[in-house]
Amino acid sequence: MKGQIIKKMAQPNEAIKEKSMDLQKEMLAKQFKELSMAKEMGKKVVYTFVPGNLTELILSFDMLPVYPEINALQSGMRKKSGEYIKEAEKIGFSEDVCTYVKCDIGMMLKGNIGPTGEQLPPPDLLLLSYTGCFTFLKWFENLERLYPGVPVAMLHTPYQEDGVMTDDQIQYMIKQINEDVIPKMEQVSGKKFDIARLSRMMEDSAKAEDLLVKILESAKTVPTPIDAYFAGVYYIGPIFTAFRGTPEAVVYYQELWNEVQERMRLGLGPVTPEGELKEERFRLVIEGPPNWTNFREFWKIFYDMGAIIVASTYTKVGGTYDLGFRHDPAQPLESMAKYCMGVYTNMNLPQRVDLIEKYVKEYKADGFLINSIKSCNSFSAGQLMIMREIEQRTGVPVGFIESDLVDPRYFSYANIKNRLESYFQMLEQRKTILAQEAVK
Amino acid sequence: MRSMEEIIKWCEEIAFDLNFLHAKKWKAEDKSRVLVGYLPIYIPREIIHAANGLAVGIMGAGDRKQIIKGDAYYQSYICHLPRGIIEMALDKNLNDFDGFLFPAICDCVRNLSGMFKLSKKGQFQRYFDYPQNFDPKIGGVFYMEEIKKVLSDIHKINGVEVTPEKLNHSIGLYNKNRQLIEAIYNVRQEFPWRLSAVDTYHILRAGLCMTVEEHNDILAQVLKFIQVEQGEPMDNIRVVISGSFCEQPPIGMLKSIEMAGCYIVDDDFMQGSRWIIGDVADNTADPINALMEAYLEKSTFASCVYDVGNPKGKRLVKQARERNADGVVFCAASFCDPALLDRPEMQKECDAAGLPHINFQFHENTGQFKVIKEQAGTFSDSIKLWA
Ligand code: SF4
Ligand code: SF4
Repeated sequence: MKGQIIKKMAQPNEAIKEKSMDLQKEMLAKQFKELSMAKEMGKKVVYTFVPGNLTELILSFDMLPVYPEINALQSGMRKKSGEYIKEAEKIGFSEDVCTYVKCDIGMMLKGNIGPTGEQLPPPDLLLLSYTGCFTFLKWFENLERLYPGVPVAMLHTPYQEDGVMTDDQIQYMIKQINEDVIPKMEQVSGKKFDIARLSRMMEDSAKAEDLLVKILESAKTVPTPIDAYFAGVYYIGPIFTAFRGTPEAVVYYQELWNEVQERMRLGLGPVTPEGELKEERFRLVIEGPPNWTNFREFWKIFYDMGAIIVASTYTKVGGTYDLGFRHDPAQPLESMAKYCMGVYTNMNLPQRVDLIEKYVKEYKADGFLINSIKSCNSFSAGQLMIMREIEQRTGVPVGFIESDLVDPRYFSYANIKNRLESYFQMLEQRKTILAQEAVK
Repeated sequence: MRSMEEIIKWCEEIAFDLNFLHAKKWKAEDKSRVLVGYLPIYIPREIIHAANGLAVGIMGAGDRKQIIKGDAYYQSYICHLPRGIIEMALDKNLNDFDGFLFPAICDCVRNLSGMFKLSKKGQFQRYFDYPQNFDPKIGGVFYMEEIKKVLSDIHKINGVEVTPEKLNHSIGLYNKNRQLIEAIYNVRQEFPWRLSAVDTYHILRAGLCMTVEEHNDILAQVLKFIQVEQGEPMDNIRVVISGSFCEQPPIGMLKSIEMAGCYIVDDDFMQGSRWIIGDVADNTADPINALMEAYLEKSTFASCVYDVGNPKGKRLVKQARERNADGVVFCAASFCDPALLDRPEMQKECDAAGLPHINFQFHENTGQFKVIKEQAGTFSDSIKLWA
């Protein structure tokens, strides 16, 4: 029996899927195919990051984006990351540092084989969108040396240190885009910048963003038709970054939204790899990235207990559209600047606490959980204070577990399961007490 | 006139007084004075001086304070520095500070700025963003805005107007400070036995807790003392220590390295005090612009700065060569992503240049140095053997 479960988890294709998931699979397969043939097709390749990405701009030059974090997480899911990390440690990277970086560098050292088993093309441009995480800067300094001679465009996104975006910060961003990023893209792609094309793409961005927000906010419904963390990162979010600004992304999100509406109409719960969740027992808000090396096992602990994530912060590293931001065709450069500054990891700690508090309240959560990632300072430093604040402000039970993104050495199934089981017991008790009080 | 021993002892006391009494006493003498605590690594202290303030370096609790509460704020896999600072904040060591600056060196310090905001410590808590774009019209303009925000924070407290004259005067004093520090390092390069690395460290660190005028006096006296021969040269090797120090080295570790037969002829412990290489123009009509130009063009190499076109590895090798060093000791704080992520490349450059190196990790309250001493001793022996 145990063997069967493990086998099932190792076979992602066996998971139960909806039409949108197939659509997503097709889009991603096509994208990786394009990437593997980029050189033959004369397409230029840009390596860049998810938070604060300039996808529309890259696509407007007909270049192809590659996101190293996505490669790293895919390597984690394919059980390759452990080997890659060791490879990077062999050349001097410390055990203590961000494992995404080590996984990515290890992957390159091992031939740069992407998620589909095909070799990824080397970059023609390194677009260092330094947003919300200091490690990005160090990561690309290392890539720059691994790919000598490849031009680097730096886009430094100022931190929302005061919880607001100031004019000087926006101007700083626009100037960098205008005077460094765009000229480098023109030089690499051999094309002139076409602002009208960029604006048109942003019309599609905004449409997809509207739909994404509707989908994410459907989790306010009880029972929720979606899981906003596991499913959020598995099939709701990934399309967004690479395809934002294309008609395909709009079609995908429209399809997904139709499915979600249908689920709401029928009062159905979220889809899990083992089918539909029958009973929603606990509604949770979660902070922090997931673990990728044991993603299915990790998810299963939750759905086996009827615990669903109704809102997550991690799905906002690609943008906080639910706070109202939309790419604006009328102001393409300014909206790129504001987009970058608004991503979750670029928000200051008080803003992060406010957002989580809002999620707990608006999504009627029973609890707040942190998955603290060993090697991710951007998320983890300060999380214990966030936890205290949320407990004080909302009164919901808070839970805390630890794992890592892609280093399998730091995922302890038994430990996490034990902790979560105790936490769920605590939530159960509180529910009973609240129900008794309501009767009185 | 105090003796060298007295000066060093006094500097050690000031440097490690976690209540910052010397700085607080200075503030108490005049109502318009403000104390601005800043975290490692660098801020242009000149602007605070010109606004009748004292920028006080908060370099962590080191091994001088038992951390109890601070540990409850940080997971075990986060470096030590911020937990010591939280402990200090909770123990009221940082009361009387008017505001705090958190330079953009890493995500831990960045998020710590938010923790100070949430707990409303001081009248302002500002994350001071360094530009990572080095075009004066782009990154430079942004940097000047960052400076103006700090000036406005202080102005709200004491109402002091910073004129170009005042700022030029402050810049001149800090130029002097850097000149004296470099002069001391230059003497030590030739005669490292005259002033140990530990004593040098105490003298420099004390400078973060007193006025620049007072520190300049001390530095001038020290410089005078070490012009004269003292102590005995030993058969030691000469090393540069590199760790992009934010979290500070435990004194025991420095002593162990020295006792293992290494003269530390250069280091980046107090990077902030030596950040600008050379002088900042102190006679312009727009001194904020002068500070900006110095930042963009004269900054030293550090893990928190994106080093385009002038990579840190090469700069480290150059520094070691200029100091006539036999090797490099890499020494980064545990869990310090910025320093640790720079290490492989720097090591590679040392290898390429045939510069021997060893590597340690520490945290500020490490208590055991036996292994470090042994490794440093072996390193020193091997260099002597092959030299
Ligand atoms: S530190 Fe965290 S946010 Fe930064 S690159 Fe690593 S995993 Fe991503
Ligand atoms: S020691 Fe490193 S990680 Fe820690 S606060 Fe300092 S720079 Fe940041």
